[in-house]
Amino acid sequence: MRLISLFILTLTLFIGFVQVKASPVDTYEFRDEVTKIRFQALSKELRCPKCQNQNLADSNSPIAADLRKELYELLQQGKADSEIVDFMVNRYGEFVLYRPRVSELTYVLWFGPAVLILLGIIVVIVVVRRKPVDKKTLALSTAQQDKLKDILNDK
Amino acid sequence: MAKLIRFLPLILVIALGVVLYRGLSLNPQDMPSALVGKAMPVFSLKTLNNSERTVTQQDLLGDIVLVNVWATWCPTCKYEHPYLVDIAKDPQVKLYGLNYKDERGAAQKWLQHYEDPYVFSIFDEEGTLGLDLGVYGAPETFVIDHKGIIRKRFAGAIDTRVWRREFEPLIAQLIEEKKQGK
Repeated sequence: MRLISLFILTLTLFIGFVQVKASPVDTYEFRDEVTKIRFQALSKELRCPKCQNQNLADSNSPIAADLRKELYELLQQGKADSEIVDFMVNRYGEFVLYRPRVSELTYVLWFGPAVLILLGIIVVIVVVRRKPVDKKTLALSTAQQDKLKDILNDK
Repeated sequence: MAKLIRFLPLILVIALGVVLYRGLSLNPQDMPSALVGKAMPVFSLKTLNNSERTVTQQDLLGDIVLVNVWATWCPTCKYEHPYLVDIAKDPQVKLYGLNYKDERGAAQKWLQHYEDPYVFSIFDEEGTLGLDLGVYGAPETFVIDHKGIIRKRFAGAIDTRVWRREFEPLIAQLIEEKKQGK
């Protein structure tokens, strides 16, 4: 029993350790709180060129660390967010933006969903507003009713 | 018409399948460089073999140039090295090294131990030129034309097959352009 609890304790500690290690922690001193928040926001928006499913904040790769450093320095120099994004795009391409810019290439991406929803709504409206089929044509003629009675009575 | 509409979902699904199937064979690591078509970034760095000698982008002008990003910490660079030695024998291109985020001593030893294929290696300890070039690993190789415009970026190791497929046609084209004085 003690062995099991010891095992669980070790496991918990290990998982805790791994989780702590999972995200890189840089010790940057920011000149003010706003810069710090901007740093955090930008490092989440920018994608690591090497490990493509991670942003700069998440990635442990050396290039991500370099880019975080660069990001920090650009912020300390007082560069605007748009300037920093341009700096990164000029070097690594549109690819580094997790939120692609609106351009001819990305129109489908940005407006496709809205167009699809609009299309869906139009289809629903058309279907709902379609003239209901005239009930009279559905009603059985007297001859048909007689036949139906015959069939039912036949039992 | 009504019959055609009945098949519409099937057609859409097949179209989607084709698109997704194609996506399976694409290489997501294969990104176009943001620098193709732009001039070589401005830099001023020392060479690997001579810490007194400063080189700039001006030193790469006039020839068809390959800039190979390498480092001693990069195992793929070792694989690539003999092919680079071969390429360096071609008089039509000039091969320069960009020693990226490396230690000078180790890098010099590497070039003594293997062979030094480069006209010179730019020593980029901090990775500043690497950053300006959009380098995210090593090896990477850039092709620069005689006017100093980056024409191609290739990430990964060069070997004979890659050289024939990726580089030879472009180099031939650049030699032609240079002859015509474009």
